[in-house]
Amino acid sequence: MAEPVALPTTTDCVNGEEKKEVKLEDLFGDVDSDDEFPSLRPKQQTPQSSSSDAPSSPTEIGPIGKASDPEVLRMFYQRLFPWRHLFQWLNHAPTPTNDFAHREFALTLRSDAYLRYRSFPTSDLLRKEILQLLPVRFEIGPVYTTNPRDRKQMKNSSAFKPLAKELCFDIDLTDYDDIRTCCDQANICIKCWSFMTMAIKVIDVALREDFGFKHIMWVYSGRRGAHAWVCDKKTRAMDDQKRRAIAGYLEVVRGGAQGGKKVNVRRPLHPHLSRSLDILAPHFQSDILSIQDPWALDDRSEHLLSLLPDSGLNASLRAKWNSSPGRASAQKWADIDALAKSGASKSLDAKALLEAKQDIVLEYTYPRLDIEVSKKLNHLLKSPFVVHPGTGRVCVPIDTRKLENFDPLAVPTVQQLLSEIDEWKGEEGKGMQDWEKTSLKPYVDYFRTFVLALMKDEKDPRVKRERDEDSMEF
Amino acid sequence: MLRSDNNRIDPKRRNVLDHRKKQFADPAYKESSYPHRLNFYAVPPTADITLEQFEQWAIDRLRILAELEACSFRNKSAQETAAHMKPLLEKYLPLDSNSSASSRLTAERQKDHYSHFILRLAFASTEDLRRRFTRVETMLFRLRLNDDIPRERNAFIQSLNLDWEPASEEERRSIASELAALSGFRKAGRDEEESWFKVDWERVPDLVEGRRVFLKAGKAYVPSREQTSMAVTEFTKRLERALELTARALPRLDEDDRLTPILDHLSKNFITPDASYNSSSSSVPGADISARNVDNLSQNFPLCMQNLHRLLRRDAHLKHVGRLQYTLFLKGIGLNLEECLVFWRASFNKITDDTFNKEYRYYVRHAYGDVGGDSIRRGGGYSPYSCQKILTEHPPGPGEAHGCPYRHFNVENLTALLQAVGITDQGVLRGVKEDKESQKFHMACNRVFEYVHKKEIKRVKDEGIMTSAQLETIVHPNEYFKRSYLLKNLGKDMTKSENVKMEG
Repeated sequence: MAEPVALPTTTDCVNGEEKKEVKLEDLFGDVDSDDEFPSLRPKQQTPQSSSSDAPSSPTEIGPIGKASDPEVLRMFYQRLFPWRHLFQWLNHAPTPTNDFAHREFALTLRSDAYLRYRSFPTSDLLRKEILQLLPVRFEIGPVYTTNPRDRKQMKNSSAFKPLAKELCFDIDLTDYDDIRTCCDQANICIKCWSFMTMAIKVIDVALREDFGFKHIMWVYSGRRGAHAWVCDKKTRAMDDQKRRAIAGYLEVVRGGAQGGKKVNVRRPLHPHLSRSLDILAPHFQSDILSIQDPWALDDRSEHLLSLLPDSGLNASLRAKWNSSPGRASAQKWADIDALAKSGASKSLDAKALLEAKQDIVLEYTYPRLDIEVSKKLNHLLKSPFVVHPGTGRVCVPIDTRKLENFDPLAVPTVQQLLSEIDEWKGEEGKGMQDWEKTSLKPYVDYFRTFVLALMKDEKDPRVKRERDEDSMEF
Repeated sequence: MLRSDNNRIDPKRRNVLDHRKKQFADPAYKESSYPHRLNFYAVPPTADITLEQFEQWAIDRLRILAELEACSFRNKSAQETAAHMKPLLEKYLPLDSNSSASSRLTAERQKDHYSHFILRLAFASTEDLRRRFTRVETMLFRLRLNDDIPRERNAFIQSLNLDWEPASEEERRSIASELAALSGFRKAGRDEEESWFKVDWERVPDLVEGRRVFLKAGKAYVPSREQTSMAVTEFTKRLERALELTARALPRLDEDDRLTPILDHLSKNFITPDASYNSSSSSVPGADISARNVDNLSQNFPLCMQNLHRLLRRDAHLKHVGRLQYTLFLKGIGLNLEECLVFWRASFNKITDDTFNKEYRYYVRHAYGDVGGDSIRRGGGYSPYSCQKILTEHPPGPGEAHGCPYRHFNVENLTALLQAVGITDQGVLRGVKEDKESQKFHMACNRVFEYVHKKEIKRVKDEGIMTSAQLETIVHPNEYFKRSYLLKNLGKDMTKSENVKMEG
């Protein structure tokens, strides 16, 4: 167990020899799962073995290369990645179950090869293969009816079906390019991250209050977005129709580049939308009007006018803004009401104007979801705690209680973390793990708390009842 | 006759153990009574019918279902579908209300009942057939439910015992303002009398999707007027489950060589107009379909593809779904994989070979079934998107250019695009605008087609070159291209085929 890494080579794995090996493990795995202790042992050993490596390693680290450098990845996966928590998160129990063993993993290698339908009976085997192949990232798919590696041996292909997966959401700042002014494409800054803060607030509260979901984890995607994982047992088993229903319920900003007005919602506003507006309105004032200043340029303010319903009002607004170029968005926004009150248009419908203004607030603040990710049970999504190959940042969970304080640019990079291990001067406690010495600690701690709460809810209630009955007999 | 329950022994062969108890036993054959016009098809029929009836009733129902499916492919609205179906329903599958005092009530309902179960047998065998059958049966059920007399509809829904828990007075008061927001788009003042049901949200996914219910902690509060929608969902759910049970019981039917051929025949005749777009029928003989000729061919493309082509030429880039929609269309017109890769490589002229090979090459090959999972490769990749798919699935998001311009553009941008491709006739533009407003996107597209090919269509009609069947409404972008190309190259094509004939 001390050096599991060195044994099979990479080529073995590709040739499928490793398939045999896993099947062997499968057999043993079945035996193990009856007995609690043997399967627990390796998991406890894993961290020990890596920390016992620690004294000799500082000399090895030396100058730290790029995030996708194999040595950097190896050290990251070996010493920092929270394998055990990831396993418990997907397995929902301390001993291996099919929830984990039939789960698809997809690996992206440095050569850009993309290996799908990988599965692992235990967390150790997953770790082993990751350390062999050193993928730059890996993704998590659904739990299938059978082991994904055996899918070709099925008699009829329809017997191989996805059964369960967390409900996922993906929000990406590139979808805000037509309304953000600070950055574009893959770039982000703390200014446009406020779009993400707003999005998380709105979606999170809807999932909790409306749908009653409890176990929701938000994860920074490493560069310009965030993912949500809704992990409740009932949620995981939802079929595509139900996922589509939730996606449709939450989707408000619709239409492509040529569609014109992107928000068209029924009146009176659905309670979800009026609540969202209440959340978003203060952000609109501060983050949008003053910081993003979206209508400073002429063509952008023309877009604002195209969203307003009254042509008479538009004409006088246009005249006013043309006479004072460079007028700030906050003033332009205030001008709308000011001119409307002063009676610039005779045909003005005050109610229509108010509704149009609400729609504008929604268009500029409401979360823009990449909805396809949420609709399909078998969609793959990047695992938490993977390193983003471009930025080197770790995909850490976002603590929603301190959502406003989250700064994507302050998320530790893999290089930073590895040097933190070196620089660590504290007491080497027994069984202490490397991530505890780094700024990754709060994120892993958060993940662990999340996973423990999830496992507590997952516990089979039937078993518990039996135990209760037993105790009553005695 | 038909069993959906595995454990039940055929009543004919059931052994009544004690003949003295026979008089107390329920009769094995119970004459079904049909108190309501509609049927949830919970109990299979048990009486005898003739083989002729068996086949005829099934064919009649099938005709109705196929027509309903065609309506949905043509994107007809609910009202249009109802109007279109009315005469057909009266002819093939009449179903009168209780109040109509028709003497044929029982016979009609029996036919409806039996034909449904016969088709269940015919369409239970594969998942694909089951899904389609559920979809069209649900459409039929919804159609009938909507034109039912309200009193009878309520009586029917009451009879279903769907255990919908009414929301208590207290509960309603605590969330009164939220509920008011939902009933508000009806007449104000009525909401107080309206009753609300409380169910798990998962039972009414379509209402959740449209934000037509109030949600709290996983419970959906459903206004009573949405009951039909709930009944329809319930119908679908039960039918899906029943079909799966039927599929499992199906192998036992094999022994009967009277029914199996009929059932096979029935399921084979249920062909989707768009599901399998036939690539051999879509290719155009004699055309130069190659990467460098796409610019030239694009004048025969429907507006959705012209739009993608124009944007591709403008930005030297398209987003993922747009790329997929366009790639599959090009595949459909007969552009082979090599040429398609050449086309995309040349079109994305702002990126390096390396980036292209890494990021885009795979997806093009995937669309052609050159790489990917087993099912993808076996099926030769994906089929070109039909109008139905483009109109209903995956509407374009911010910055995306795919979809149907008639649906996904606003009127100003649509008009601008049409003018840019040379359609300036005010009458046509006005017609398109009206079509768009009444959601008849097919009509708009076909209107433009007819305008652009006015001369040629007149000619082929006069000369009888094409039958009217060959000129019916276009429901597939590739059909648009094929017909457009054939019409525009009418003269050239004919000389060619004549030459061939003379040589032969």
